[in-house]
Formats: sequence, C-alpha cells, structure tokens
Amino acid sequence: MSRNTAAPETVQDDIVGMEQYNTLPRRLVVLYLPLAVFVFVLLFPFYWMAITAIKPNHQLTNYETYSPFWVVEPTLQHVRYLLFETSYPGWLWNTMIVAVFSTILSLAAAVFAAYAIERVRFTGARVTGLLIFLAYLVPPSILFIPLAFIVFQVGIYDSRLALILTYPTFLIPFCTWLLMGYFRSIPFELEESALVDGASRWQILTKVVLPLAVPGLISAGIFAFTLSWNEFIYALTFISSSENKTVPVGVLTELVRGDVYEWGGLMSGALIGSLPVVILYSFFVDYYVSSMTGAVKE
Amino acid sequence: MSSHSIADQPSVQNRPSVLERIVQSRNGLGFLFMLPAAAFLLCFLTYPLGLGVWLGFTDTSIGRPGIFIGLENYIWLWNDSVFWLSVFNTMLYTVVASVLKFGLGLWLALILNEHMPFKNFFRAIILLPWVVPTVLSALAFWWIFDSQFSILSWVLMELGLISGPINFLGEPNNARASVIAANVWRGIPFVAISLLAGLQTIPQSLHEAAALDGATPWQRFRRITLPLLTPIIAVVMTFSVLFTFTDFQLIYVLTRGGPVNATHLMATLSFQRAIPGGQLGEGAAIAVAMIPFLLAAILFSFFGLQRRKWQQGGRD
Repeated sequence: MSRNTAAPETVQDDIVGMEQYNTLPRRLVVLYLPLAVFVFVLLFPFYWMAITAIKPNHQLTNYETYSPFWVVEPTLQHVRYLLFETSYPGWLWNTMIVAVFSTILSLAAAVFAAYAIERVRFTGARVTGLLIFLAYLVPPSILFIPLAFIVFQVGIYDSRLALILTYPTFLIPFCTWLLMGYFRSIPFELEESALVDGASRWQILTKVVLPLAVPGLISAGIFAFTLSWNEFIYALTFISSSENKTVPVGVLTELVRGDVYEWGGLMSGALIGSLPVVILYSFFVDYYVSSMTGAVKE
Repeated sequence: MSSHSIADQPSVQNRPSVLERIVQSRNGLGFLFMLPAAAFLLCFLTYPLGLGVWLGFTDTSIGRPGIFIGLENYIWLWNDSVFWLSVFNTMLYTVVASVLKFGLGLWLALILNEHMPFKNFFRAIILLPWVVPTVLSALAFWWIFDSQFSILSWVLMELGLISGPINFLGEPNNARASVIAANVWRGIPFVAISLLAGLQTIPQSLHEAAALDGATPWQRFRRITLPLLTPIIAVVMTFSVLFTFTDFQLIYVLTRGGPVNATHLMATLSFQRAIPGGQLGEGAAIAVAMIPFLLAAILFSFFGLQRRKWQQGGRD
C-alpha cells in the first residue's frame, strides 16, 4: 500500500489550459449537451419516484388523460397511508437506531485501530493495515450465510442487535482505512512535542490527534451511517418479523403484495426512506466526496 | 500543597501497575488499541469466512445441523445447469456493466473537469444515485420497467418508435439489459467522481505544452490524461468490478433471478438456495465459488497500486 505522506493534491495553477480556444458553440455541443443528458438520466428516476408519490391513484396509470410527467391534483394520501396504516414509522425508527449504533461502534473501534496502525507502529502494523484493507474487500454476499448461522446460534436472530453487531464487519475496515489516511496527514512533530511536554498516549490521542482529525471523523461517520442505512442483504436475512425490519427490507417485503402494485405507496416509501441520507448528504457533500475518493486513492 | 505532590510521585513511579507497563510498551499499547476492532473482525468476519467454507462441505439446512459430505455440494453444482447459467450471467453482468460504467464515468469525469459555472452543484447532484439506498432506487426502476405502464414504453410509443409496450423484465435478454442499465445508472457516479479526483491532479500545463507542440485533443487525451490516470483507473475499476460481481440488491428487487433464471447472479442464486430454499450448505458452496474471482480482482488492485507507486518514484 502506498505510504507516501505527500498525497497528490489538487493542482492549483493559474493556467486555464486549452479551453480558451474552444468557442461557445463547440462547448455547447461537447460539454453542456452531454452534461445535460447525463444529469437528466441520472436524476429522472428520482423525479419519477417523487411525482408518483404525490399522484392520486386515478392519475397513476392514466397516461392518455393526464400527462405522466406532471401531476394535476397532488395528494398526500400515499404518505398518509404509509405513516398511519403500515409499520413504516417503525421501520424508519429501526433503521435509524441500527445505523446510529453501528456507526458509533465502528467509529470508536476504528479510531483506536487506525491510530495504533499509523502512529503506535507496533510490530506487524503494516501487515495489519493490509489485512484491514483486505477485510474491506470481503463482500457481504459471501458472508451472509455463515453470519446467519452464527446469529441464529447466538440467539440474536430477528433483533436489531443482530444488525448492530454485523454491520461493523464492513464499517470497521472502511472507517479504519479512511482514518489511517487522515492520521497519516497529521505531522509527527505535534505528537512528539506533546510527548516531550509529558502527555500520555491517551492525552495525545484525545487532545492532539482527534481534534485535528475531525474532518476525517465526520467523513467516516456520515459515510458509515449511509452504508448502514442502505444495507440490505443482512437485514433481509437476519430479520423476519415486520416490526424489526429496516426501511429497504420493509418497503420491499411488506408493501409489495400480490399482483396489484400500489405504486404510489411504494414510491412514497422509497422517497421518504431516501430523504434522511439525501439531507445528510446535502449538508456534507465535500466530506462524502473526500471519503469516497479517499478510500480509493489511499 | 506542591511539596506533597512532589514527595508522592517517586513512590508511584517505582511501582508501575501491569496496565501501565502495557501502555508504556509500543506493542502492548498497539495490542490494546487494536483489540476492539480485531475482536470484532475475528468474530464476525474471519470466523464466518472460515465457517462459510466449512458449511460448503456440509449438508446443513435451516433447523438441522449438517454433517461433512466432502465435495458433494460442488459436484452437484458442477452438474447443475442453473449454477452455470448464473456464472455466465454474473460474468456478462460484470463485464458489460463495468465497461459501460468505465466509459460513461470517464466521459462524465472529463466533462466535469472543465471549467464551467455551477460545477460544484453538478458534482453534488451527480452523486445522488450513489447516495440513495440501492433498494429504493431499484424500486423506482421497477416502476420505470413496468410491463404495462412503463414510462419508457409510453414515450417510445408516443414517438412512434414501437407499437406495443416493451416487456422489460419478462423476456430474458430484455431483463438482462434492464438490470445492467440500472446497475450502470447506479455505478456511474462512483466512477466519475473518483476519476474526477484523479483528473484534478493532472497539471494543465502538461496539456498546454503538448498543444504547443502540435498535439491534437485526442493525442493529448491518449498520451497525457490516460497514462497519468491509469493508476487510479486500476483501483476504481477493481472496486467497481468487485461490487458489480457480488451485486445482490438490484437483481433481488427487479427480477429475483427471473425470468427462467436468466438474470440469476451467483449472489442471488446463493441466497435463493440458502434462505428460502433452506439449503445452507449448497448456498455456502455457491458463495465460496465466488472467492477465486474476488481474489483475482484483489490481486489486480494490488498490482495497480504497485504501479502507481512506481510511477510516482516512490520506494519499493
């Protein structure tokens, strides 16, 4: 793994490159037109989700009388149905609990592990770092069968605890790997001078390193939260009763009944289930980008 | 006050407790700090991985502990045409989706790398498909791919391009194309934003120098952008291949492996046999059969990283 302390920075030169030779019509065709198509395609499913969620039932499939791309009398009937006649609020609550606790758990374990690997430099720290990276590459679709076996034997099957304990399997490697990169960027000299001033390892970690690594902690935290919010296969396998389900599993297994799909209810379920992570994302866009690219680049 | 504390200190330092001695030593402290993460990963990652391999050699089913049956599961799978179909589907799905994700992602990254107004805004909204839970966006695709009321069919019919609605998920090849399209839709943002981060490390002055020497835009892309981007492409595509190969959610929502197993991936087949089917042993064997491919992907990633280091003039 690359251990270079000077990670490639975004180049900040004043040279504008070759673009001054591109005329406006040319830029329109090679730049803005493809970009518009990309943005349209990437966002259309969300628009379709949202517009379906507020359409009254009689407009849903009646494309001849009502334009499918617009809604005449927006209604909240699907949302009302979702919130008061299904277990949806409970699923939201479950997802929130599971995501928050597994994130806290993973972040705490990852801070210590990353600090130990990066800065305590115990014997075998390098190998441990590599193993953590390999652990990150183990996909849940290989692990879910034996994990289901274990969860059943431990006796936590069909409980939120099962998810809180299994989500860290992919969160800890990810958070540790990300935080290792952040800790690496903190100058050694700061820790050395703290040591000279008589600080203990614990004081160095809590008073010097962690305050400086706050952006890394935020990145890892919100990313871990999103990953656990979006997790599906473990939640599908380890949870059977309706009241313990998470949003993705609940919407798919409880709201889809028979052959008549209630698209309005399904789409509002999908929309509301996406909102928490989208809101979180909109506040922390740069942290998301840095954690995503950080995990790949390091 | 101060004289008291000075007098007390030597006696404390003379008798360091066991904990203090551990904390003082580099390895002891490292061990202590690694303990929570290591314990977790050993219990819930390493042990299940081993257990999964073991389960593949047993006939365990839900509610009944199995016995060792050797390679029987694998021999059974070897003669199982559905398993081979799932292997083929997984390959097709991974190759086609990854190539499309790479091509379109790189294109989008190149577009976003230009100077333009609202660049950060575009970058932010482009990442949305990747942030939203896959299952929930897959539900939107399920509705878009509806056999009767698909909006795509409706638009194409309005334009007069087709006469009847397309059966997106009911016909084998259509279903394959549809799930690949949904996967590509979800994967483009990750590839584009990661490659964009790589593109931003390439100095514009290189392009300018090449242009002064008479290089065409294609030559500049081929001889400057691509070589400097290769290391990041290797890593990004390894991750992308890994996630595509082990994909489960999208297929499970859109087709559940149907029609007639045409979209079953190894992951969905493994789930199908193990959980609803109850054959944990057989499901585990299918999951284990995915491991060689994953190892290949990881090795690829490792060599990608090595090459990057060499290009940057780093050590080893």
